[in-house]
Amino acid sequence: MNQATEITEMQLEELLSNFPPEQQELIPVLQAVQAQLGYLPEPAMKRVAEYLRVPESAVYGVATFYAQFRFQPRGRKHIMVCRGTSCYVQGATEILRAIQQHLGIEEGQTTPDFEYSLETVACIGACGLAPCIMIDQAVAGKLTPEKIREILGRGGR
Amino acid sequence: MGIAVSAEQADTFAPPVRLHIDGTEISATDGTTVLEAALAQGIYIPHLCHHPDLKPVGVCRLCMVEIEGRGLTLACMTPVADGMRIRTESPEIRLVRQMVVELLIANHYPDCLACSKNQLCQLQQVASYVGIDTQRLARLRRPERRFAVDRSNPFFDYDPNQCILCGICVRTCDEIVGVHALDYAFRGFATVVVPFEGRPIAQSACVSCGECVVRCPVGALVPKHFEVPAREVKTVCPYCGVGCTVYMGVRGNRIASCRADRESPVNHGRLCVKGRFGYQFVNHPDRLKKPLVRQGERFVEYSWEEALERVAEGFRRYRGDQIAVLASAKLTNEENYLLQKFARVCLGTNNIDHCARLCHAPSVAGLAQTLGSGAMTNSIAEIRHAACIFAIGTNTTVAHPVLAQEVIYAVRSGAELIVANPKEIELCRYATQFLQHRPGSDVALLTGMTRVIVEENLMDTGFIESRCENFDAFRQALSKFTPEKVVSWTGVPWEKIVLAARTYAMRKPGMILYAMGITQHSHGTDNVLAISNLALLTGNFGKSSSGVNPLRGQNNVQGACDMGALPNVLPGYQRVDQPAALEKFQKAWGCELSSRPGLTHTEMTAAAHRGDLRAMYIVGENPLISEADANHLQEALQKLEFLVVQDIFLTETAELADVVLPAACVFEKDGTVTNTERRIQRIRKAVLPPGEAQPDGWIISQIAQRLGYPGFAETQPSKLMEEIASLVPIYGGVRYERLENGGLQWPCPEVQHPGTPILHRERFATATGKARFVPVDYAPPAEWSDEQYPWVLTTDRSLFHYHTSTMTGRVEGLKLLHDREWIRIHPRDASKIGVKHGECIRLVSRRGEMMAYAYLSKECLPGVISATFHFPESPTNRLTHCAIDPVAKTPETKVCAVRIEKLPDGTL
Repeated sequence: MNQATEITEMQLEELLSNFPPEQQELIPVLQAVQAQLGYLPEPAMKRVAEYLRVPESAVYGVATFYAQFRFQPRGRKHIMVCRGTSCYVQGATEILRAIQQHLGIEEGQTTPDFEYSLETVACIGACGLAPCIMIDQAVAGKLTPEKIREILGRGGR
Repeated sequence: MGIAVSAEQADTFAPPVRLHIDGTEISATDGTTVLEAALAQGIYIPHLCHHPDLKPVGVCRLCMVEIEGRGLTLACMTPVADGMRIRTESPEIRLVRQMVVELLIANHYPDCLACSKNQLCQLQQVASYVGIDTQRLARLRRPERRFAVDRSNPFFDYDPNQCILCGICVRTCDEIVGVHALDYAFRGFATVVVPFEGRPIAQSACVSCGECVVRCPVGALVPKHFEVPAREVKTVCPYCGVGCTVYMGVRGNRIASCRADRESPVNHGRLCVKGRFGYQFVNHPDRLKKPLVRQGERFVEYSWEEALERVAEGFRRYRGDQIAVLASAKLTNEENYLLQKFARVCLGTNNIDHCARLCHAPSVAGLAQTLGSGAMTNSIAEIRHAACIFAIGTNTTVAHPVLAQEVIYAVRSGAELIVANPKEIELCRYATQFLQHRPGSDVALLTGMTRVIVEENLMDTGFIESRCENFDAFRQALSKFTPEKVVSWTGVPWEKIVLAARTYAMRKPGMILYAMGITQHSHGTDNVLAISNLALLTGNFGKSSSGVNPLRGQNNVQGACDMGALPNVLPGYQRVDQPAALEKFQKAWGCELSSRPGLTHTEMTAAAHRGDLRAMYIVGENPLISEADANHLQEALQKLEFLVVQDIFLTETAELADVVLPAACVFEKDGTVTNTERRIQRIRKAVLPPGEAQPDGWIISQIAQRLGYPGFAETQPSKLMEEIASLVPIYGGVRYERLENGGLQWPCPEVQHPGTPILHRERFATATGKARFVPVDYAPPAEWSDEQYPWVLTTDRSLFHYHTSTMTGRVEGLKLLHDREWIRIHPRDASKIGVKHGECIRLVSRRGEMMAYAYLSKECLPGVISATFHFPESPTNRLTHCAIDPVAKTPETKVCAVRIEKLPDGTL
């Protein structure tokens, strides 16, 4: 077992100690785990199940039901592609495809080097800049597939 | 589930409710739902998510009915009420049902003719009843398969494309099995039933019992091999002591299917993976089909005539105490009766024993001493009504899976479950308290609890005074068990012991369940006495859901003991050294009998080494794999001048024999077996034995007749049972015609007697009628870890295998589910010696060695490792210690010292 996971295990135990081991704590615990680790890794969900005495399959069921929970770590940079109406008519589909091709990942995934993660969102409220994406807190607009390659640059395959 | 209702509940039944369905007045039991009431009257209301064994959830919306004054209501969620007026059909109802069915079909893969549930499918049934609009359906249909079919389980497939999300599998796995391996994941249209992390079922918490498969209303969960049987035969599962009733389906002369008996008072329609899927061994090509006789290094096939003559000739040479017989917990009662009679009458010796010596002999010895009867005091069906269950030294979900479901049910109904085990077993998931004591420290733990109950005055004084003896002497002996000493012996914090003691003493009725963790020790009888003391102290006897309950391992180990396949007792526990008993049997059998108790299983090994024992007849046992210190045993067997082994396969033991006789298996003969709750049940012949194999009873009778004993001509099981009933008072009222519906629990002394689910109601079975407290001392295990052998090895079982795996090892799917000996080792210990998960290691004890694979887990505490003994290629019992209990002569297979050696390249 390497040191990184040891630390995570200790963090997890400390975090769990803040919650009573009761079933109704499931969602708050999952939220806390994700706040700490950025996502819900499998061993963490297993430990949560054990701690709260909830079947593992039920933890997975609850976690997958809510859009707020992630099962893969986010990249250092998180890309949100807008699929709102304006962006859609301005070619958001091609933008998404360009990003997917450039990074070699699908929606909901993270690049193996943990540099980028990708998701789509309903609207980021920058319709004047359509088609647009957000990378972390910054909006990039009036995009073309060409511009995508420029922006993501070395992050590509 | 429709499981036995306790007497208390039965009293509260209200009068039936009258209601109208579509204008017809019907009556229904109060508390049932409208749907159940209608179905009970033969009125069909379409439904998909309803199952009689499960709580209603109302998710499929198909059972929508109109109730006057309430409008559209779900029939499955509405309890019946007096005067209710219900319409099951109306244009509105039809519209709802039609939409539901069409949406379901739209998302269902439409390959009905190729589906194994074709014609059994409830979606088909509902669709044809409701009627569907093909045009609308065509618009809705999504024909693509969205999910890959999960074929990972060796016994069944899961096709999510066929799933209608009724949740019956999810609820079955949770409510009935208690495992909850499956659940709904994702949301809306993406919803799918999957195990944790969407993994293949074989890599999930699934225990492969198939309960979900038998309940799935559509073709989503289907057995891999399904054949409609031509006929079905009701019999008893050949594996553990629970004794589930099964229907074996037959085609031609081949077993083609197996299903549980829903009417059985034991299993109520449930089975475990071994029971449901583990019958392939019957048709296995390795089955012995002809008698074999050794010629030098090899076996030669003989005719029965020649082989039997050879056996008779051999036995004639060694009559008396030079010969010994091992009977089997896999034989029927009648065959065990015949076999012990054969040993005593034809061979003139009491040298007869069987594998109970290696398991519950301490229960028989210990409980006979304190209670007068060495069996479960209560019944399986009572477990679910207990207020407290104390499970010590039993890995119940693994060794008695269907019985464990009762324990889980009890916990979910609010019972306290205290688990005491050196291993953090699966049952701990359900436990309210878990005491992880050191292997072999049971006396200290139990007596520590006893001390707390006495000191805090939580005992049942009235019960002790009126029904027990020797309390004062016992009480004085408790002073040795100080909290400090108990903690140092057990490794369990005192507070935990105090809490467990208070819980057990105050939450009544309390049931104690125990198994091999208690008995397989060099002081196993003391462990049993300590359990008995604890239960006596709290008055937990003679009432429903109480008592001391040794869970027996084999489907007829109780019966083999009852039938006197033991060296010191005749059938019915009548002692050979009691003149009156001996006289009775001498008269019945018409010959002189030896009054000298014979050798036990473990003593036979020593006698063979000494040369006192020169011949053996081993029937249906494989001691070379199951007996402690197997190397020592192997040398003993090799020293014998004449060894006859009778079995269904050429076992490791049979390979050493001079003559091997091919026997019929449990599905190929008639008879009775007695389960762990003393229930005598019929087994029935489903198929013919392969080749020339013959039922054990026939073989024994043939040998006896060749030795010149015509009294053995009768082999018809029902006739033999009459003979047994005439000699064994506890079986006195047993007749075959009385066993048709669920069997009888002994004692059943007369033909009018209904059997006895609960022992010791008014008096104990002792001579005085009172139970006896017996003071016990703590003794450490005979061997413990030291510098040379730094680990303590304890033995355990796998859910997927049985005993020496003679049968389960020949079931392909069970082999796939558990393919090798995995040694559970704590990650901290593993890293200390640099062993990785999955690495092949060598275990060495003072007596032998074996290779197996490291499985890193925190189930055992650091310093303790565990192994099963199911794999002949990793013979764990070459390591174990044959330190025997002084009373019961049971070896200490639960504790021995070993060292772990890394292999140079980490492989075999």
